[in-house]
Amino acid sequence: MSTVAERAFIVLCWLAMAVPLLLLAFLLGQLFIDGIGRIDWAFLTSYPSRRASDAGILPALVGSVYLILLTLALALPVSIGAAIYLEEYGQRSRIGQLIEVNIANLAGVPSIIYGLLGLEIFVRFAGMGRSLLAGAATMALLILPVIIMASREALRTVPNSLREASLALGATRWQMTRQVVLPMAAPGILTGTILAVSRAIGETAPLVVIGALTFITFLPEGPSSPFTALPIQIFNWISRPQAAFGINASAAIVVLMITLLLLNGTAIFLRERLSRRPH
Amino acid sequence: MNRLAATALAVCFGVSACKGSTPEDPSKKSARGVANAVAAAPVTVDGSSTVALITEAVAEEFQKANPGKKVTMGVSGTGGGFKKFCGGELSISGASRPIKPAEVELCGKNGIEYVELPVAYDGLTIVVHAQNDWATSITVAELKKMWAPEAQGTVKKWSDVRPGWPDQEIHLFGAGVDSGTYDYFTAAVVGKEHSSRGDYTSSEDDNVLVKGVSTDKLALGFFGYAYYIENKDKLKLVPVDDEKAENGAGPIEPSLETVANGTYQPLSRPIFIYVGKTQLERPEVSAFVTFYLANAPTLSAEVGYIPLTPTGYALATERYTKRTYGSVFGGQGSSVGVSVELLLGAPPAAPVSAAMAPSGPPASAP
Repeated sequence: MSTVAERAFIVLCWLAMAVPLLLLAFLLGQLFIDGIGRIDWAFLTSYPSRRASDAGILPALVGSVYLILLTLALALPVSIGAAIYLEEYGQRSRIGQLIEVNIANLAGVPSIIYGLLGLEIFVRFAGMGRSLLAGAATMALLILPVIIMASREALRTVPNSLREASLALGATRWQMTRQVVLPMAAPGILTGTILAVSRAIGETAPLVVIGALTFITFLPEGPSSPFTALPIQIFNWISRPQAAFGINASAAIVVLMITLLLLNGTAIFLRERLSRRPH
Repeated sequence: MNRLAATALAVCFGVSACKGSTPEDPSKKSARGVANAVAAAPVTVDGSSTVALITEAVAEEFQKANPGKKVTMGVSGTGGGFKKFCGGELSISGASRPIKPAEVELCGKNGIEYVELPVAYDGLTIVVHAQNDWATSITVAELKKMWAPEAQGTVKKWSDVRPGWPDQEIHLFGAGVDSGTYDYFTAAVVGKEHSSRGDYTSSEDDNVLVKGVSTDKLALGFFGYAYYIENKDKLKLVPVDDEKAENGAGPIEPSLETVANGTYQPLSRPIFIYVGKTQLERPEVSAFVTFYLANAPTLSAEVGYIPLTPTGYALATERYTKRTYGSVFGGQGSSVGVSVELLLGAPPAAPVSAAMAPSGPPASAP
């Protein structure tokens, strides 16, 4: 009896895994079939056009990459700092607890709300305008909770005995954190970063609010430049009357996914190197 | 030491705020006003997604013809575009309906004056499923019957609209309530802008409507002519009869001719660009607008819209070169069944609101 129940359970688990994977494979397969033929060098290096066959994704692709890099540059120091504070310093303080509750809540806020927040704070109040920097700052806010929570998780996995050992050897708390705890937690922090980047790269709603453009034929020249991003370009193409733009959109989605895989691949490569390093 | 993370946080945000706050708002505005100070600054366009298709084509050709001049375009809808435009953020705003009183007021409050230029016509098409064999024509009164707010809960079947049509449910598809298309359609059909039944399938994305109507045998929907042309094989066009003999008797199908000559009424509408007065002091903006008017006839047709008549463009160009500020619609929003030629040929009908007082005198009729 118990073996029957167990087998049934295993089949259920297997189904739970297989169904989403099959759905994903179906969607991706469809996209690749539609889009792959459209991807060539000209598609990657051309500017948008009213003619589907001439249109390319250069400003959107470059915009997306800049946006993600700038977002990480803003979000990583802050979120790792916050995680270290919460785990290593302020664990038992009232402020620490207050921050903890807030961060957990922030992770559940819909992204459009971050867009509205970014519009008020960065675009209007801080005077950044509808720029790449304002977009990145908003995205940074959006992914802060994700990285903070993953980093805290990673810091928690570092055995306490190591902390005690380094303190016993006369290290200060800062030395202990920097030289012992952080290197050991780095792979986990990178995993959190991968998740955050995956979320940020596909976000459209906050960027629409911030004012990402739909037609732009020059590349961003700096953080204060106007910009567009791949999800915006995809959204724009998919809503056009001509079917050829739908194919462009599929191709752009494929490119977006490859970009995401490359970015995450870099992070995974770094993670492997870091976790193999002798301590 | 304890506050390390907290100070790091504060410093980081301080820095990013500082970075951004160097160009303070007022200085930014004055920089925009000075023509030569920012030669490389792009011409910024936003607004209606309907007009965006034409603007994009014009911007593409303009930048090919003038290397180094930059145009950027966003799509926030007619209303969203006016919000930014009246806040002084844009050079040009595209609109699929004339400016509304509230928007006139907002522009007036911020001292934004503008030139209103019609650039093309769009014909709203009434479509049904390809296998619908009963709806061969429809009158405006029947459209009103099915779309009016009172229809909700009472007009549920095709037979409720016209006796003789099947005793089956009717499924309605139409533009979302934030679009200029919805505003125009309700003004034209229901008689009151922004008022209709609420229980229909609405989407801001016309392709969703195309898909809905083309897969539902009991559907009826409306959207822009360009979307019908691209999906001709999946949809059936319903000719519209406005029951007024003076602009062509009987049901009339939208086409290049019937929209441009004003017989496809009341569902043809002019679409516009609004250009800021101070923006026109920038040579690249005025060059872009001149280029726009010169190329709108060919480019609007290429992307699925109906060009104005040559007289229409001549009148629009005259309005532009004379820098006639304000709206010919008197800031009243959608007005139905008027041709651009008639509107621009005649002086503005109503005195514009107080907020508009500083704008110049109306163009003298040619």
